[in-house]
Amino acid sequence: MKKFDLFITGVGGQGNILASDITGEVALSAGYDVKKTDTLGMAQRGGSVISHVRIAERVHSPLIKEGEVDILVGFEKLEAVRWASYLKPGAVAIVNSFAQPPLSVNLGIDRYPADKEVTDILKQRAGRIFLVDGTHRVTELGNSRTLNIFMLGCLSRFLPFKVESWKQSVRAHLPARLHKNNADAFDLGRKEISDGR
Amino acid sequence: MKKLLSGNEALALGAYHAGVRVATAYPGTPSTEILEAIAPYEDVYAEWSTNEKVALEVGLGACYTGARTLVCMKAVGLNVAADPFLAAATTGVSGGLVIVSADDPSIHSSQGEQDNRHYAKLAKVPILEPADSQQAYDLMPFAFEISERFDTPVIMRTTTRISHSKSVVNITGDRPAETGKRAFPRNVQKYVMLPVNARLRRPYIEERLVKLAEFAETFPFNKIEPGGNSLGIIASGIGYQYAREVFPEASFLLLGMTYPLPTTLLRRFAGQVKQILVVEELDPFLEDSIKALGIQVTGKEFIPRIGELNADIVEAAGKKMGVLKEKPAPPKIALKNPLPGRPPLLCPGCPHTGMFYVLASLGQRLKLPGAKEKEPKESPLVITGDIGCYTLATYPPLNAMDTTACMGASIGHAIGMEKAGLKSKIVAVIGDSTFLHSGITPLIDAVYNQSKITVVILDNGTTAMTGHQEHPGTGVSVKGEQAGRVVLEDLVRGMGVRDVRVVNSFSIKELRAAVRDSLEKPELSVIISRGACAVRVPRGADTRAIDIESCNQCGICLLIGCPAIQSDGKQPFIDTSMCMGEKCTICQQVCPKQAIMPSSELKAAR
Repeated sequence: MKKFDLFITGVGGQGNILASDITGEVALSAGYDVKKTDTLGMAQRGGSVISHVRIAERVHSPLIKEGEVDILVGFEKLEAVRWASYLKPGAVAIVNSFAQPPLSVNLGIDRYPADKEVTDILKQRAGRIFLVDGTHRVTELGNSRTLNIFMLGCLSRFLPFKVESWKQSVRAHLPARLHKNNADAFDLGRKEISDGR
Repeated sequence: MKKLLSGNEALALGAYHAGVRVATAYPGTPSTEILEAIAPYEDVYAEWSTNEKVALEVGLGACYTGARTLVCMKAVGLNVAADPFLAAATTGVSGGLVIVSADDPSIHSSQGEQDNRHYAKLAKVPILEPADSQQAYDLMPFAFEISERFDTPVIMRTTTRISHSKSVVNITGDRPAETGKRAFPRNVQKYVMLPVNARLRRPYIEERLVKLAEFAETFPFNKIEPGGNSLGIIASGIGYQYAREVFPEASFLLLGMTYPLPTTLLRRFAGQVKQILVVEELDPFLEDSIKALGIQVTGKEFIPRIGELNADIVEAAGKKMGVLKEKPAPPKIALKNPLPGRPPLLCPGCPHTGMFYVLASLGQRLKLPGAKEKEPKESPLVITGDIGCYTLATYPPLNAMDTTACMGASIGHAIGMEKAGLKSKIVAVIGDSTFLHSGITPLIDAVYNQSKITVVILDNGTTAMTGHQEHPGTGVSVKGEQAGRVVLEDLVRGMGVRDVRVVNSFSIKELRAAVRDSLEKPELSVIISRGACAVRVPRGADTRAIDIESCNQCGICLLIGCPAIQSDGKQPFIDTSMCMGEKCTICQQVCPKQAIMPSSELKAAR
C-alpha cells in the first residue's frame, strides 16, 4: 500500500473540512487506515484553515511532519503558499487561482503576493503545480459553494480511489437538492486536471 | 463496522453503548461536539446547562439516582465546575459519573493553557486518557465501570488533537436493552456533606486511591508494547502517536489511566529497557510521579512543556537526546516578503460590528488606513471584554476591547476599575450566552454596590463562537425542541437595573444614542444590542456596492473591519459573494459620502 499525506488548505467558510472528511471516508472504504485533523483558529469564518489527511496501511500521528506532504490542495492562493515548507520535494500542488485578501492587505498594511511569487515559492518544493480556475468554473456552473467538491475532483486524479466512491461520499454529506450540482463540480474538477496535464 | 470518527464522536458513541442515561454540558472548544453527538438519541436525556458548574451539579444529581451520567466541558470549564467536582469526589456516585475534560494545549481556542490531570490528583479521583478515537470509544464502558465499582467520579481527559482528529473506529458494542432502575434511597452519611459526614468520607477517599492503584496494575489500557531494549517510551494520549511514529524500534508503555499510576508495571517496564523517555503534552505529570518512585526517566529535559506536541517536535527531542540520528532536511523555503497573516475576524453582517464601531469611535480608537500612529494615550472609554466571537474586536481596525480573562469577568472588571477610582467611562461588553453562563452574579454585584458602569449585552441569539449552540435565552433545547426561555431584559430588570434598553444591532444611530446616553447617566445602565448571528440567517437581498464616482476613498468603511469590504490599496470595493445585503448595511450607514448603496440602485443610476 502506498502512503498519501495530504494538505487541504483554505479560508474558513470555503468548505475545507467537508472536503477532508470526504477524502478520509473514501480512503477508509478503499481499505486504508486514515487519520485526519483540522487546525483552525478560534472563529467560524475568515481565518486560515488547514486539514491534514493521512492515508496509509497504518497511520499513527494525525499531524503530518514538515517536508512530508505528498499533495497540497489549496482553495486560496495565499493559504496554499503559507504551508509550502510542509511539502515533500517533488510534491504535487493543486491551487485554486483565487485571492481573498486578508484584512491587513485591505487596510494597506501588508501586500498580497503576486502570482509569480506564489508559484516561485511553491516551486522550491513542488514537482508539479496546477493552478486551476476553480472559483470561475463553479461560478459558471451556477453554485460557487461547490468549489470544495471541484477541488476534490482535481485531487481524485492523484489518488487510487474509484470515482463512484468519491461521488457516493459527496452525496452522503449533502442534501439531495445539491447532488447534481456537486457531482457536476466534481466532474469539472477531474476534467480540469486531465486538460491541464 | 468501521467508521471514521472524531475523538468527540467516539466518546459520545462509547458512552451511549455504555448505557448513559443523562448527558450535560456547556459548549466549549474542543469538547462541544460530544453532547451534540449524543443529543439525538431518544433514550438519553441531554441538556445544554447554563454553565459547567450547573452541568456537573445536574450530572451529580442524576447519577445519585443510579443513572449513568456524562458531563462534558473544556479544560477551563472544570475551573468553573471545580466546586461540585471536589464535592463529587467526596460523596462519590451511585450510577457511573464520567466527566470529560477536553484540554487545549497550544491554546487554539481558550484563554489559557492548563493540564487538567492535576485535578485528578487534587480530587484523588482516577483519570483516563484515550490515545485515539478507537480508545475513546473503548475506554468509555470501563470509565463507567470504574466509577461505579470504586464509588468515584472518573475524569476522561482528551486534548484538542484527540477530540478533533478523526480516526478509524471498529464499533463493537451496542446500546444495552436495559439501563437500570432509578431510585434514591436516603443516605445522609454519603450525600449530606455536613462536616461530620465529610470527615467520615475522608478516609474512604484515601482507601479508594490505594484500591485504584492496585486496579491500574492490570487495567488492560495500561500496557507494555515490547520492542527493542535500548529505548523505552512511556506515553499517554496523543503523545503516544507521535512517539510511535518517531521511534518505531522502541519499547512502549502506553498508559490509558494516568492517575493513580501502576507502580509495579512501571518498575517492570523500567527493568526491560536501558533508558526511558516520557512523552506527554504539557506538564511533567507522569514524569514527576515516576521519578518520585525512584525510577530513572527523562522527559521535559527534551520535550517542551508548552504547547501541543507533534512528530517534528518529538523527533527533535530524540535527536537532542542522542537516540535519533540527524537527517539532512530539504532546504528552507526562501521568502522575498513575509506572507500576510490571516487572523479570524468578525463575519460579514456580524451583529457585533456596529456596536464595536460605535464604542471604538466614542473611545477615539479608530485609525484611518495610512494615518500616522498616534501617541498612545488613555482612551476616554475603557472597554472590558469577555469570551466569545466578539473578543475578535480586540484586533485592528476596531481596537475595541481592553480586557478578557474568563467567562463573565467583563462586568466584575468594570466594577473594580470604577471602584478603584478610574476617571474614564467604563463599558463592559458580554455576549448573551456568556452573560447567562456567568454574567448574572456580577451584575447583581453592580446593582448591590451601586456601580455606575454601562453593561452591553451583545444578544445574537446563539452561542456563536463554539458553533451556534442553543442557550436559555433562545428557548430551544439541545435536541432542537421547544424549551423554557429566559428573556434577558426581564431578567435584568428583575435584578434591579433601572436603566435598561434594547436596541437594534444594525442601526448605528440607535447604538450611538444608547451608548452616549448610558455613559452620561450617573447610574448603572444595561444596553441589550439585539441582532441575529450572520451565520444563522439567510443572506439579505441586494448586496451593497460602492459608487466609485461619489467615493472619495476616505477609508472609513474599512474601519468596521468587514471582510467583504476589500481594497486594492486605494479604492475600496465590496465582495458581493460575502456581503449580507439589506440584513446589515452598517457600511452604508458609516459612509460620510453616501457612496455605498444597494447594488440595484447603483445599477439603475448608471
